[in-house]
Amino acid sequence: METVGTLPPQLLRMILSAVVVIAFVFMNGLLLGYLERKLAGRFQLRPGPMEVGPQGMLQMVADAVKLIGKQFIIPRQSSTTLFRLAPFLAFVPVGVSFIVIPLSSKLQVLDLDMGLIFIIAVMAFNMVATLVAGWVSNNKYALFGAVRSVAQGVAYEIPMLLSLVTVVLLTHSFSMRAMVLSQSHIWHVFMQPVAFVIYFIAGLAETHRAPFDLPEAESELTAGFHTEFSGICFSFFFLAEYTNMFFVCSIAVTLFLGGWSGPPLPWMEYSGAIWFMLKVYVLLFIMIWIRWTFPRVRFDQLLNFCWKYLTPIALLNLLITALVVKL
Amino acid sequence: MKEYFTQLYIGAKSLLVGLGVTFRALLHPAVTVHYPREKLTISPNFHGHTLLVKDSETGTHRCIVCMQCDLNCPSNCITVVGEKREGSKGKTLTAYHLDFTKCSLCGICVEVCPTQALDFSDEYELAGFSREEFHYNLLKRLEEG
Amino acid sequence: MTTNNGNEKRQGFYLNMGPQHPSTHGVLRVLLEMDGEYVLEAEPVLGYGHRIQEKMGESRPWKGFMPNTSRLDYVGALICTHGYIGLIERMTGIEAPLRAEYIRVITSELNRISSHLLWLGAFLLDLGAFTPIMYTFDDREQILDILEDVTGSRLTYCYFRVGGVNRDIDATFIAKTRAFIERLRSRFRIYHDLVTTNIIFIKRVQDIVHLTPDMAMRYGITGPLLRSTGVGYDIRKSEPYSVYADFDFEVPVGTSGDCLEVYLVRLEEMEQSLRIIEQALDRLPDGPHLAKTPKKLPLPQGDASFSVEAARGEFTYYLVSDGSEVPYRLKIRSPCFSNLSILPELCRDMLLSDLVMVLGTLDLVIPEIDR
Repeated sequence: METVGTLPPQLLRMILSAVVVIAFVFMNGLLLGYLERKLAGRFQLRPGPMEVGPQGMLQMVADAVKLIGKQFIIPRQSSTTLFRLAPFLAFVPVGVSFIVIPLSSKLQVLDLDMGLIFIIAVMAFNMVATLVAGWVSNNKYALFGAVRSVAQGVAYEIPMLLSLVTVVLLTHSFSMRAMVLSQSHIWHVFMQPVAFVIYFIAGLAETHRAPFDLPEAESELTAGFHTEFSGICFSFFFLAEYTNMFFVCSIAVTLFLGGWSGPPLPWMEYSGAIWFMLKVYVLLFIMIWIRWTFPRVRFDQLLNFCWKYLTPIALLNLLITALVVKL
Repeated sequence: MKEYFTQLYIGAKSLLVGLGVTFRALLHPAVTVHYPREKLTISPNFHGHTLLVKDSETGTHRCIVCMQCDLNCPSNCITVVGEKREGSKGKTLTAYHLDFTKCSLCGICVEVCPTQALDFSDEYELAGFSREEFHYNLLKRLEEG
Repeated sequence: MTTNNGNEKRQGFYLNMGPQHPSTHGVLRVLLEMDGEYVLEAEPVLGYGHRIQEKMGESRPWKGFMPNTSRLDYVGALICTHGYIGLIERMTGIEAPLRAEYIRVITSELNRISSHLLWLGAFLLDLGAFTPIMYTFDDREQILDILEDVTGSRLTYCYFRVGGVNRDIDATFIAKTRAFIERLRSRFRIYHDLVTTNIIFIKRVQDIVHLTPDMAMRYGITGPLLRSTGVGYDIRKSEPYSVYADFDFEVPVGTSGDCLEVYLVRLEEMEQSLRIIEQALDRLPDGPHLAKTPKKLPLPQGDASFSVEAARGEFTYYLVSDGSEVPYRLKIRSPCFSNLSILPELCRDMLLSDLVMVLGTLDLVIPEIDR
């Protein structure tokens, strides 16, 4: 107790936050993985995992243990250092982005003035990890996956940012907290439905979710950029994907769906966080739902859709918003 | 320009219709059976491996060691062994070897049998650790019940 | 899209697709020469599943080859067996009773539907849609249940016999089949909503490649692929075997020969098969299901061939006999071999994703190609 007392409160807050964030990332990965598999099963008229634990709830834990126990194989003639580094490159930024997410009015690690820019910048780092992973694997399929991922990421950043900027115009701030507070009267989704839809579609592409899962396109590239990764390193990519999904959805909730706001629940103090999580998971459900419904688009179609539809519409939407705000 | 928006509209609508189909499936109960705990009833006509029929009158098999099944088997997986015994006509069956690893379940042996001594079992849960586990002696199986 | 027309030397790198690849449907290997994501040349490499089936047919009495026929095209095993049985019947002059022929048609058409359903699911899986295969398998499972009840097996049936069929069908079979027809007709609506109208699906398959009748005939392509180009060649119509001449059904044809047409032709074929089954059930004659045949049945000297319309195209058996029970020569013409041979020409200068899609459209059963 004595040592704890002597630590500066700021440092203590940082250490605690780090522990909570990492724990949350893993829990979210487990929960979302379970949810995805269960829902995939239900969409396909089958029960999904049922054997490990009640209703198969411990299936993901069992899988995690299996993955940890597996040998990590490094392909010959690949760059060993980078090959080892790639999974961590994918995993670390997602932990960092957590800093600015306002789970409730009190639950936020740090409210940066540049919160939105920070989170977008850090999330784009995921692309670098994908590129490195695909590049150093010394596998042509992995390389295809990496190249696709970069082209896709670069293209979809644009409509994504354009749609987010419309909200910034409305709130006059980049702070995540201010975004939520500015929606006390009306959620931005009702004022900017087009921006919301564009952001969500771009978010699907950013996180490599079907129908935009080209970097991993199973039927074409076997497993895409993570073809050569095994064991625990594979699971890092897996966790990074799920955490990225969580962030894309939590940005959507913060910017468009009123963040933590909602009618107070019996657990007054926590109701904000509960509402936030609920909204995020509804969006995640839609993401999963989309994945298990549609075929995959082709690569040139993906880019065409971005440049011919998303970007012009997002740009137009931004112009109109700017005009309206100015007037 | 008009086509641009009609395409967008038709596309978006088709996607929503597709989502509707999968959502209905979400509410539909699962059609699969939870196999090791629940089992489907197997059709009585199911063809598992062959076995010797127990005759209700004599309480034993009807095989007369005519070797028809042995000779006609396309996969050569049947070996019928019989011996001449005192006091009985013809040969008596001493062993009926079926190498099920080679059998393709065509049913020719069942058809050529002049005494209808063979029939298909309804066993479908087959798993083993070695090939030898699927070298059946049908006579022994019959005697053991 | 075309990089150049072959005047200069094209430099690409090689990509080995298969024999273990999720979308080659078995042990097919395609050697690709690539330029970025574009396929310059595609070369199918066969033989990973070769089982000397023809030689097996020549080394045992003709009866012993019956179970093998259902292992050639195991997705449409009954139709495949139908060809062999038809050949033996043609050679020996044995005629199956009318009831047996009707049963053959009913079960064959059920098998054709199950084959097309499997293709539909696998094709969409190649396109990256995971869910439809579960729906088609749900339907396919109903067919397998019906067929299991009468044939005893679920996949590699050995049901047809020279002179008839192994087991007679009963009232429950008829009731179940009628219920299935009803069910599948209502299910087409789901496939229509989920797949046929889906914009992503249409964009993926429409106008990617155009198979022309000329091209199809040069390669000997048959089945739905040929019909999608507008050539209405179906053995059930143009050279009717069994009792197909008695039924009123249409041969669906396409016009442009692109992959969407192939898809639509296959879907329409399922509906036509349902029509045939319905008519056959309505007019099912009474009588024996198996003709009396001599125990030993040597094949008369000479040769004969017999073609059936399998789910993937024309399936032909050609047999030369020296008068004994063991065939002297047995040649099997399987549709997938010809259908695959068009791949190099069709897939020149095409994206890898499209190659996977076209490979799915061909509906290949690799063990049938390798035999």
